Amino acid sequence: MNTRGTFGTRLDRKVTPFLFIAPFFAIFAVFGAFPLLYTAWVSLHDWGLLEGDRGRFGFANYAELFGDGRFYNALANTIGIFLLAAVPEFFLALGIAALLNRKLRASTWWQTGVLLPNVVSVVAVGLVFTQLYSRDFGVVNEVLGWFGVSPVNWQAGRWTSHLAVASMVMWRWVGYNALIYLAAMQAVPQELYEAAELDGASHWRTFWSVTVPGIRPAIAFTVVAGTVNGLQLFAEPQLFDPGGGGTGGNDRQFQTLAMYLYEKGFTKFDAGYAAALSWVTFLICVVFAIFNYRLVRRFVSAS
Amino acid sequence: MRPRRRAGAWVYVVLAGVLAGSIFPLYWSFAVSSRDNSAIGETSPLLLPGGHFFENVQRVFDTVDFWQAIGNSLIVASTVMVSNVVLSTVAGYAFARLRFPGRNSLFLLVAGSAMVPAQLGVIPLFLVINDLGWYGRLEAVIVPGLVSAFGVFWMRQACEGAVSADLIDAATVDGASVLRTFWHVAVPALRPHAAVLAMITFLGAWNDYFWPLAVLDSSDSPTVQVVLSQLASGYYTDYALMLTGATLGVLPVIVLFLLLGRYLVRSIAGGVRYG
Repeated sequence: MNTRGTFGTRLDRKVTPFLFIAPFFAIFAVFGAFPLLYTAWVSLHDWGLLEGDRGRFGFANYAELFGDGRFYNALANTIGIFLLAAVPEFFLALGIAALLNRKLRASTWWQTGVLLPNVVSVVAVGLVFTQLYSRDFGVVNEVLGWFGVSPVNWQAGRWTSHLAVASMVMWRWVGYNALIYLAAMQAVPQELYEAAELDGASHWRTFWSVTVPGIRPAIAFTVVAGTVNGLQLFAEPQLFDPGGGGTGGNDRQFQTLAMYLYEKGFTKFDAGYAAALSWVTFLICVVFAIFNYRLVRRFVSAS
Repeated sequence: MRPRRRAGAWVYVVLAGVLAGSIFPLYWSFAVSSRDNSAIGETSPLLLPGGHFFENVQRVFDTVDFWQAIGNSLIVASTVMVSNVVLSTVAGYAFARLRFPGRNSLFLLVAGSAMVPAQLGVIPLFLVINDLGWYGRLEAVIVPGLVSAFGVFWMRQACEGAVSADLIDAATVDGASVLRTFWHVAVPALRPHAAVLAMITFLGAWNDYFWPLAVLDSSDSPTVQVVLSQLASGYYTDYALMLTGATLGVLPVIVLFLLLGRYLVRSIAGGVRYG
């Protein structure tokens, strides 16, 4: 055997795998991991976005945050919009998935159609829906008018603005979630259905006792992903603001956590405060994701 | 696969309703963008399209530098796409089919980083970009997106399913180099998965809003999404102009989706695995 060749081969097998993963870790280290850790450091300082450290160290940003009414307002808005969007979204997606799971003609075509909203840019969605909800010329008010409802100023109220923003989120994500449920439904073992049929279970009963528990991992996945996305909600409410000030209406009635982060960090240049807000948002994300995951597990296995 | 129940007529009716709901906002956006702005207040907004689409398109290009924005978005999205596909494929292959010390713990790091919300790092990421002197430049949007944990995750999954470990062993026994084996055994098998990843990253980069808004100078060289949001802000709201912009910004995505959407659908409805 050629020893030089063996040495080269051995070197190749030792080194090449690391060369394959090196670009990912290099970029991740500089633009992913470092910023993440740096956030904690910045959050402990009075830090200007452009001039840097203004020389104060401690938990002042966190103390200020927990006494900040606007933070609680943004948190409540974010959770409110999330719940308004997520609950109907979940049931709608389940229903659509159940329909798509039938033997359909041109099934790919229907599946592609329901996914379409998900690929449209969120900015376009924000612009279009803002016009649909316009007080004077909006389609939504026009349709409500047919039923004798007088025009609603959607941006003005807390609930109306939350409903409107939630509808944009729903529109974008229902089809995506339905496809994930569909994939899981097609993997539910046939024996379970046969057993349910032998027991004389109705279609409705079979759906809730066989199909839904059978796709539990998929439901958990969409709930956790939806929670993380929902708590980062930014573009839809940002564009829904007619003044464009980024405060989510005159009384901040639909300012979300991400909008408040943007306002503090990039328009008021208070990087330290924004970094503290990032960490708190992250912790809320984790807590909510775990809570929702548990909720789903209990709800789905009980039925 | 179990025999599924055949769909009755009502299923098609309900699905057609869902589809109409999916398409309506886009159709309506096009309808308004093809009408004369002054006619919008007078006529019912549910009307059919008018004949002013190209006039409005002209106005969009007169109002903002839309060509520049499209060019920038194309540069950003295609660079990010190519780089993600190449770097994720080699890394995913290494994690799935190569042996090296620390493989499992390094992969856990990748998977863990995918779960951190993007907005957690925006403030310090901005500081890094600023220190590098990239504020307002496209590098600020491109470089942090060159590779993603999702892409590595995706391609590793694809390798486990599509790349034969036996073929790789055979090539290795024959003395082929790691790179050669990768190129001749893995790459051909991974092409469809790489294509789907390409589409996902392209769409993600094209549609991204928060980060470009934060780090690009809105007066200089923004992307399509940032320019669109500029059309919306202002004291006087020009509906036709705004929705023409929205339509133009969505058009390339719709075309891409019509061409390749079924692969995306197939991979979502079959490729996603849950922990």
